[in-house]
Amino acid sequence: MSTPPSCARPRRVALFVTCLVDLFRPSIGFAAVKLLEEAGCIVEVPPLQVCCGQPAYNSGDRATTRAIARQVIDAFDGFEAVVAPSGSCGGMLIHHYPGLFDDDPALKRRAEDLASRSHELISFLVDVLGVKQVTARYEGTVTYHDSCSGLRELGVKGQPRGLLESVQGLKLAEMKTPEVCCGFGGTFCVKYPEISNAMVGEKSADIAASGAGTLLAGDLGCLMNMAGKLQREGSPVRVRHVAEVLADMGDLAPIGEPEGKR
Amino acid sequence: MQSTAHDFKDNVSEALADPNLQDSLAMLKVGFSERRRQAAARLPEFEALRDAARDIKNHALANLDFYLEEFERKVLALGGHVHWAPTAEDARRIIADLCKSVGARTVAKSKSMVAEEIALNEHLEKIGIAPIETDLGEYIIQLRHEPPSHIIAPAVHLTKDQVADTFLEHHSPLGFTKRLTERNDLVAEARYVLRQKFLDADVGLTGANFLVAETGSSMLVTNEGNADLSNTLPKMHIVLASIEKVIPTLEDAAILLRVLARSATGQESSAYTTLNTGPRRDGDLDGPSAYHVVILDNGRSSVLGTEMQDMLRCIRCGACMNHCPVYGAIGGHAYGWVYPGPIGAVLTPQLIGVEEAGNLPNASTFCGRCESVCPVRIPLPGLMRHWREREFERHLQPKAVRQGLALWSFLARHPKLYRRLTGLANRLLALFGRANGRYGSLPLAGGWTRYRDFPAPPPGGTFHQQWARHGGSRIRP
Repeated sequence: MSTPPSCARPRRVALFVTCLVDLFRPSIGFAAVKLLEEAGCIVEVPPLQVCCGQPAYNSGDRATTRAIARQVIDAFDGFEAVVAPSGSCGGMLIHHYPGLFDDDPALKRRAEDLASRSHELISFLVDVLGVKQVTARYEGTVTYHDSCSGLRELGVKGQPRGLLESVQGLKLAEMKTPEVCCGFGGTFCVKYPEISNAMVGEKSADIAASGAGTLLAGDLGCLMNMAGKLQREGSPVRVRHVAEVLADMGDLAPIGEPEGKR
Repeated sequence: MQSTAHDFKDNVSEALADPNLQDSLAMLKVGFSERRRQAAARLPEFEALRDAARDIKNHALANLDFYLEEFERKVLALGGHVHWAPTAEDARRIIADLCKSVGARTVAKSKSMVAEEIALNEHLEKIGIAPIETDLGEYIIQLRHEPPSHIIAPAVHLTKDQVADTFLEHHSPLGFTKRLTERNDLVAEARYVLRQKFLDADVGLTGANFLVAETGSSMLVTNEGNADLSNTLPKMHIVLASIEKVIPTLEDAAILLRVLARSATGQESSAYTTLNTGPRRDGDLDGPSAYHVVILDNGRSSVLGTEMQDMLRCIRCGACMNHCPVYGAIGGHAYGWVYPGPIGAVLTPQLIGVEEAGNLPNASTFCGRCESVCPVRIPLPGLMRHWREREFERHLQPKAVRQGLALWSFLARHPKLYRRLTGLANRLLALFGRANGRYGSLPLAGGWTRYRDFPAPPPGGTFHQQWARHGGSRIRP
């Protein structure tokens, strides 16, 4: 990466891997580590992290959410920054944790402290570290889907597009409605599969109309949903996390494709 | 109206298979949101106005008793009457008695969602009074015996061709035997048919966008002028409004109007903005001789002071449903009761019970687009989540969902066990998915794989396994 880090001393940054990346697409985690290290950070991965708690939170199970949030608060204690390659999980830590502890001032303070240190990966690179370009190559036209939480809770919109501009060989072709939800919604997609399917069907049509050969986004849940739909429809569009392309890991097999396929 | 919210999933299947509905929704999705975007962009202070609008409604709700009583005092001083209706049944009885008191046979109605909420039309018909909807959309769906599918565009689920057929069927007996195909012709025919009904009506019934406490005025916006005919021609004007419609001053109304039309249709203001301030005075050339305001609670006051209070800020612009991808997929009828879309998912469980309407706050991806456009900044996803919390506390969710969640919760709170199991799951999914990179079907994942492939993880283990294997440093997988 050609942009020097914005501070003289390296930052000790914790990676919040997220449960989906851990289980289904570890390369996104490694892409995040690479981008952070190249921006001058020292990256650690606290071993006791699991999930941010959204499945419980969005199912109305507040007690479990609080228990998981306490775990996360403990696991990420003491790091200068906590970075997640996901706007959804980042948004949970930043916007929703403090409200879980309205009846417990001590924990609320710790939750607010964690919130103030937490970031979505791409916005951390651009807004906090001042990264303006990356050293990466990706041949072809890509389109970028704005995942909902990143966009509306964290204001992630221009940052990934700005960095993508510096990727050699890459051309960005916008969808008509990149800001409309893809229909993933966590447990929503299996609780209301018909509605979810209608939404992702519309999204895949919008992706196709963009003419792009590759779909990028910043959240693995959305990417798995859209990749699954595109592949079911027989679409040739390849699907990747934006961090993978920015970290020059665009030669990995795309999401949902077998090893060896580019 | 009779709720079908309980059958939400069946309603959804029906809606998704309805080609006319899907055609109509395709138009709605682009039109409303684009016009709202442009209207907001043209007004530099739009975001500040949203804050101000939110603050006005919050202030009114915090002092609701004061402003309601102030409003009543002003209406009485003007020679009007105020009726308090704790329940829908009370409101129906009050309105029926008022209609009977003037021997009414027909009631000209200007669009009112609260009238839908209390099922007023059915009640009036039962006692031999004919309610006539005068808003074009409401008129169309009244002819078709359908409920509204949108709070500001009640017939938005219909195509022009469907409207043409409906008019031909119902207007032929009146001598209109030609099937019309042009929008303007359809409107002209409806206008002609409705004009006589206005003249015949004994009572005019309207809703209200705002009740202004300082002047005792009810304020109404329309694009068709039908409300003005409804409230000036008949001898009695009844305003039906719910308690949260009251705001302190006309100045406040001006601010709310500036965000209302822009959020709703992208207009700078609606075509007609009407203030009704008491009955006809001596020397007035027109206006009703009797003016009644029926103020409905119907469970709203029980929301005051709770975590759900924000829902009462709603000014019924419809922006949340215009921008909702779920509404855009299934339309308004699938929600099964009067108020569809995100605000319906929040209001309906309050008004008819979360047991009946429990699906509605769950059928959301929490994409947040509704909240991002709400002119009074109602945290709609947050309120939906509160409903889910209440459902969870009361064990209302399906057993399979609860059991799955309990198992996951246990694992998520035991990281080492979680790690072992995810390691195993990762290995199996990677192994059996290696050839194709994905699954066409997977046990326990039918909801996913019915419509989508499921991506398999690449071989090599979970992130945490790989990270640990390399001594906690980056590797190039």
